[in-house]
Amino acid sequence: MRMRLTAEETEFRASMRAFFAERIPAEIRERAEAGATREPDDIVAVQRILNAHGLAVPNWPVEWGGRDWTAVQRHIYLDEMSLAHVPEPLTFNVDMVGPVIARFGDEDLKRRFLPPTANLDIWWCQGFSEPDAGSDLAALRTRAVRSGDEFVVNGQKTWTTQAQHADWMFALVRTDPDAPKRQAGISFLLIDMRSPGVQVRPIRLLDGGDEVNEVFLTDVRVPVGNLVGELNAGWGYAKFLLGNERTRVTRVGLTKNRLARAKRLAAHTPVGSGTLLDDPLFRARLAELENELLALELTQFRATAQQDAGGAAEVASVLKLRGSELQEQASELLVDVAGPYALAADGPTGVVPEWAQRSIGDYLTYRKVGIYGGSSEIQRTLIASTILGL
Amino acid sequence: MDLELTAEQVSLRDAVRELFRRASDFEGLKRALDGDRGWRPDVWDALRDMGILGLTIDERYGGAGAGPVEVAVVMGEIGRAHGAEPVLTGALVPAEVIARAGSEQQRQTHLPAIAAGTVFALAHEESGDRWPHRAVTATARPVGDGFAVSGDKPLVRSGNDADRIIVSARLGGELTLFLVDASADGVRRVPYRSHDGRRGAHLAFADAAAQRLDAGDAGDALRHAEVLEQVAVCAETIGAMDEALRMTTDYLAARRQFGVPLATFQALRHRAADLYVLVELARSLTLYATSVLEGGVADAVVASRAKLQVCRAARAVGHEAIHLHGGIGVTDEHPIGHYASRLMAVEHTLGGAGEHLGALAAIVDHHDAITVG
Repeated sequence: MRMRLTAEETEFRASMRAFFAERIPAEIRERAEAGATREPDDIVAVQRILNAHGLAVPNWPVEWGGRDWTAVQRHIYLDEMSLAHVPEPLTFNVDMVGPVIARFGDEDLKRRFLPPTANLDIWWCQGFSEPDAGSDLAALRTRAVRSGDEFVVNGQKTWTTQAQHADWMFALVRTDPDAPKRQAGISFLLIDMRSPGVQVRPIRLLDGGDEVNEVFLTDVRVPVGNLVGELNAGWGYAKFLLGNERTRVTRVGLTKNRLARAKRLAAHTPVGSGTLLDDPLFRARLAELENELLALELTQFRATAQQDAGGAAEVASVLKLRGSELQEQASELLVDVAGPYALAADGPTGVVPEWAQRSIGDYLTYRKVGIYGGSSEIQRTLIASTILGL
Repeated sequence: MDLELTAEQVSLRDAVRELFRRASDFEGLKRALDGDRGWRPDVWDALRDMGILGLTIDERYGGAGAGPVEVAVVMGEIGRAHGAEPVLTGALVPAEVIARAGSEQQRQTHLPAIAAGTVFALAHEESGDRWPHRAVTATARPVGDGFAVSGDKPLVRSGNDADRIIVSARLGGELTLFLVDASADGVRRVPYRSHDGRRGAHLAFADAAAQRLDAGDAGDALRHAEVLEQVAVCAETIGAMDEALRMTTDYLAARRQFGVPLATFQALRHRAADLYVLVELARSLTLYATSVLEGGVADAVVASRAKLQVCRAARAVGHEAIHLHGGIGVTDEHPIGHYASRLMAVEHTLGGAGEHLGALAAIVDHHDAITVG
């Protein structure tokens, strides 16, 4: 047993660090560090650079651009990407729809979609949640009815992240309303966002942005060739996808950066004759969060190694649950570093810096992480049932 | 990175698990805990015969020559079984000190004795000491060919049955380690029981005849022994938490109220899920600390990281395990409360969550972010 990096893994870490520093434009990384990434331009630019070097989709099958990496290598890749403030490849493409098409799609679908998905020539959005199907995803009602060589889709999706940039949507649709189990009547369909009948309406969030949207689908005609895998088998593909998502939303690198940022900012925040970083209570809070995060990162190592070995993926729920809690706590810490400066949400940044102006909005918006991808309570229920057998 | 145990390590784990399973049921364990000695001599002999007491001792001195991973494997099983036999405090920790600070002749004399079952103890902490503070006000002076040690060492783990005691003392102001026979004149011991059924003694030395452990650096030997003990305690705690959580989930599945199993209630299922998360996070840091030690580095910061996480988890698991058992959880007859007692005790062995968090807070500005290396 060895829970430390080997010489080869350390070398791999150095090569990733060098790549991100040398190949990703500094201004993109600086914008990302400041929380001011330009969407969609920065994300597209980065993913294309990564793809040109075979680094956009390492988790995919090798024949479609993946790398035959170990779980540890994949983790180091993501960790170094975060530490270098490189905007991550689009998760909808890389972690969600790509692996589903590669695993369950036919050859035609793979050829059509995988290369442009890897290169972000197609920007995907996720059409899962609906107004009456949140945590209870299987309650979704968007209907797809077969009509000749097409499905006719009617319904509404919501909380659709970055739909305003999306070229295509991968959606769960109900294709058999009479199935004995709700889950057995759902299919996984790829929908061109330029199709007539697709309407996107932004939802303004507490940070003032409109990261998420409502998507209305009215008599949208989708060729049957855009069905992934088998008809009425979409629920299984969605579970596969959500398992991947839960591992990824751990976001250890992001939280690591936030804690490091809070530490740097605290060191430059005057309090009396010293700084906030001299405050023993602040130091203790920071030290405990760092420790919790290290424990989570090590747990992620264990989980990915187990998955590589064909083991159970249930522990993904642990990662999702703790990962979202720590993201929330890190955003909370940044508000508390700003302290009274968090109260001014605009005005000259010379008086109240931009990060402080944004801190409460970020904090409020980041409550989302315990809600999406299966809320914390869904994760606890999964842990209790699938792991503890309760 | 390689998170698998070797086939030998799996065999070791299974053998120790089986040894404790056969040793006695909970009633038998409780009789031993309540008895004069506090542990089972037949189990001690079986552990000796299996090579556990000399687990980390070099093969030249009659040991098995194993490392921190094997220690963690064994301690996990001891934790799972609530084993009270003083494997760590009576054998593994003293062996570490003697191997590092003893001369070749002292190693040849004492290490085989440990492997053969003689109980040792390390008397280092003093009144007013709380981890990491160690005053060492005991003193030693040369007498003839040897030395005489004087001073008080309260709360010496397994100090009640130790035949030989390693004592830290100042020799001309210098931190030095000595070996004292427990039966020597000038050694007074007042035994105590801990709430979790363990035993120790308050030791007082008044010009007790002593030999100096005179090969290695005493401070270095103590630092290594301390990290070894902390990481081993973490591993033991993981085993104890695994068992406490297993008992608790079994209870939730079996116990019926309102005509249904307790496991039907989401409030209870979610509490159990939270405990699982805590145990897994603590396990990860314990594995990491074990691995760092296996690499030959006694890193006090890494030990503090593991201990902090384990202490937080242990406190929560102990508390919740009792609560989820309901009234039976606070009775002496049910094992769960005894596990909770043990979980509380390990927190206060070589530093609790507060002390370790303090140590980590003190160095929080020494790094930008923590990178797993």
